[in-house]
Amino acid sequence: MPKVIYLDNNATTAVAPEVREAMMPFLTDLYGNPSSIHTFGGQVAAHVEDAREALADLLGAHPSEIIFASCGTESDNTAILSALASYPERRHLITTRVEHPAVLNLCQSLAQGGAGKTGYRLTLLPVDAQGMLDLGALESALDDDTALVSVMWANNETGVLFPVEEIGELCRRRGVLFHTDAVQVVGKIPINLAEMPIDMLSLSGHKWHAPKGVGALWVRRGTRFSPLLRGGHQEHNRRGGTESVPLVVGLGKAASFVKRHLAEEQTRVRALRDRLEKGLLATCPDARLNGHPARRVPNTSNISFEYVEGESILLMLDQHGICASSGSACTTGSLEPSHVLRAMGVPYTAAHGSIRFSLSVYTTEEEVDTVLEVLPPIIRRLREISPFGRQAAAART
Amino acid sequence: MWDYTAKVKDHFLNPRNAGEIARPDLDATVGNITCGDALRIMAKLDAAGRIAEAKFQTFGCASAIASSDALIEIIKGKTLQEASRVTNDDIAAYLGGLPEEKMHCSVMGMEALQKAIAQYRHEPFELEEEGKIVCRCFGVTDKLIEKVIRDHHLRTVDEVTHYTKAGGGCHGCVPEIEAILAKVNGTAPAAAAAPAAPSGKLTNLRRIALVQQVLEAEVRPMLQQDGGDVELVDVDGRRVQVAFRGHCAWCPVSDVTLKGAVEAKLRELVDPQIVVEDVGEKLA
Repeated sequence: MPKVIYLDNNATTAVAPEVREAMMPFLTDLYGNPSSIHTFGGQVAAHVEDAREALADLLGAHPSEIIFASCGTESDNTAILSALASYPERRHLITTRVEHPAVLNLCQSLAQGGAGKTGYRLTLLPVDAQGMLDLGALESALDDDTALVSVMWANNETGVLFPVEEIGELCRRRGVLFHTDAVQVVGKIPINLAEMPIDMLSLSGHKWHAPKGVGALWVRRGTRFSPLLRGGHQEHNRRGGTESVPLVVGLGKAASFVKRHLAEEQTRVRALRDRLEKGLLATCPDARLNGHPARRVPNTSNISFEYVEGESILLMLDQHGICASSGSACTTGSLEPSHVLRAMGVPYTAAHGSIRFSLSVYTTEEEVDTVLEVLPPIIRRLREISPFGRQAAAART
Repeated sequence: MWDYTAKVKDHFLNPRNAGEIARPDLDATVGNITCGDALRIMAKLDAAGRIAEAKFQTFGCASAIASSDALIEIIKGKTLQEASRVTNDDIAAYLGGLPEEKMHCSVMGMEALQKAIAQYRHEPFELEEEGKIVCRCFGVTDKLIEKVIRDHHLRTVDEVTHYTKAGGGCHGCVPEIEAILAKVNGTAPAAAAAPAAPSGKLTNLRRIALVQQVLEAEVRPMLQQDGGDVELVDVDGRRVQVAFRGHCAWCPVSDVTLKGAVEAKLRELVDPQIVVEDVGEKLA
C-alpha cells in the first residue's frame, strides 16, 4: 500500500493530534456526567463550557447561542423543523437545487406531506452554469407565507460560495428566517456571525479536524426555537441527551486549531489548490473546471475529464494511494450523476468524469505534484480504452 | 466503496483485450455516454467460423471495464453458436462475482455480444429493436426486463434496476416494471395508484380531454426524442399542471421547453389562454 495522499477533506478530515490529546482524559479518568451535582461529574461541565466558548470565538458568536449536536445533518434538521414549528401558519420553504441531502431530502419530504397532512410549498432555487445563485429568483420567491430560507454557505462538491450576506438581507427585509448550512465553510474562511444577517447556522466538526459524531447548531439570540430532540434539560432545554463530552471537547479544541490556521488556509492551501487545478487543466485535454473560478472556498477544486468515467479514475488514483471523490453515478450507486452538476447544466459527458479534490492544512506541495504526475497518464489510458476516446481527439482537431 | 473481487480489480487495472480491430467481422455498441456506460465489441472469425480475435472499448466504471474484458476472454475460440449461449452469469462467474448493484455491467456485456451476433447474421436484435422502451432514462426495453426477470428469478423492482438500470433514474417507469414482474412471475400486479379524478363542468372535461390528446399526440413524442417525457398532473380551468420526466426533469433548459413548446402547443390547439405549470418538483 503506497503512502496515502489524502485530497478528500470535504468528505472528512484527519483528527488533529492536539484535538485527540485534549479528548483523551474524557475517555479515561474524567468520565463524569456534566449534569451531575457532585464534584467528580460537575468538573466536566466546565470543559464543555470551554469548548462552547472556543467555538463561539471561531464564529464571532455568543457562547449561549451554540447548541451541540451529533452531526451536521442533525443541525440542519433541527433548524428547518424548528422554523416550521415556530411559524406554524406559514407553509412555504425556500432552498436550492444544489443543497446537501441533509437539507434537500428533508425539504422534499416536507413538500410531500403525508399522514393526512398537505405538504409544504417548496421553492428550489436554480443555479447558473458556474453554480451561482440567482438572487432575483430568491427575491420573487419570498412571500408572507415563507417560513424559512435555507441556503448553504459553500457547496460541498464545487466549493462555490453563496452570497449569504445578501441572502440574509433579503430575508430580513421580508421578515423571514434564514438558515445556512455552513458545514463546508467553517474553518476555511473567517466568519463573524455578530455582523451577519443570519438566524441559524449548522456546522459539523469532522470537516475541520474534530472527530466524527459532533456538530453544532448556532441560533441567534431572540430567534424562536423548537427542539428536535426532546428530553432532559441539557443545552438549556434545546437539545435533550447527555452531552458527548469527549467529542464536544474535541470540537472546541479543533475550533482553536482551525482559527490558528485560517490565514494559512487563505494563502498556502489556496496556492496549492490553484497549482493542482492549473496543472491538471493545462496537461489534460478536454478537462473543465466545475464552479465559479474565484468565488470558492480555498481548498476545493472540481474538475471534469470528459469521455472517461469517475469511478475508474478514482480506482486508478487509489492504486497510488491518492484519495478523492467523484460526482459520477457509478460511485454512488444511484445511477445518476451528481445533482449539483446536473443543476449547473454540466453535460453528462462531463458529469460522469468529474473529480473533486479537497485539500487541508496537512496537504503538502509534494503530494500535489504527485497527483500532477500520476493523473494525466490515467486519463490518457482510460480514453484509450473508451469508445469515445477517438471522438474526443477528433473534436480537438 | 464497492466490494470488488481481486479478479475484477485485475481485469480493470490490466485489461487483456482493450483496443480496436481493423475491419472486424462483428462490431456492435450498446449503451451511450449519457447513461454512464457504453461497450463496443469487435471480433474477427477464422475460416472455421470461430472467434479468432476479439477486442473491446468501454466507457464506464471498473466493473464495466472488467466485465468487458472477461466477456472477450470467454468468447475467444468459440463459434458464434457457442458464443450466443454466453450469459451475463458466465461473465459475473468468471470475475468471481459482481456487487449486486453492478450486475447491469455484466448484462451490458451479454447485450453487446448478442447484438454483434444478430447484426452479423442480419437478424433483428430483439432485446433492443423489438421491445417497447420502458425506462426512458436508460433506454431499456420490456424484452430485456422480461429476460432478466426470467433468467435470474427476480422479484423486486430494485433487483431489475441492479440488472438493467431500468427504474434507476426518474423512477417514472416503476409501475410498468412492477406490472412486468407480475406478468412474468404470474402474480397479481401491485395496485396502481389511481389518478385523481378531474372535477369540473362539462366544458372543463372537454378541455381536459383535449389537453390530454395534444400532450399524447404532439408533445410527448417530441420530448421523448430527447430522452425526456411529460406527464399531465392536473387541469384546473385554464391552468395545466405537468411534471417533466426523464431527461427533461433535470434539464437546465426545461423551463424554456415548458414555455416554448408545451404551452405554445396547448395554446395553439386547445385554448389560447392556457397557462402551463411544472409541478414535478413538488411531486419528486
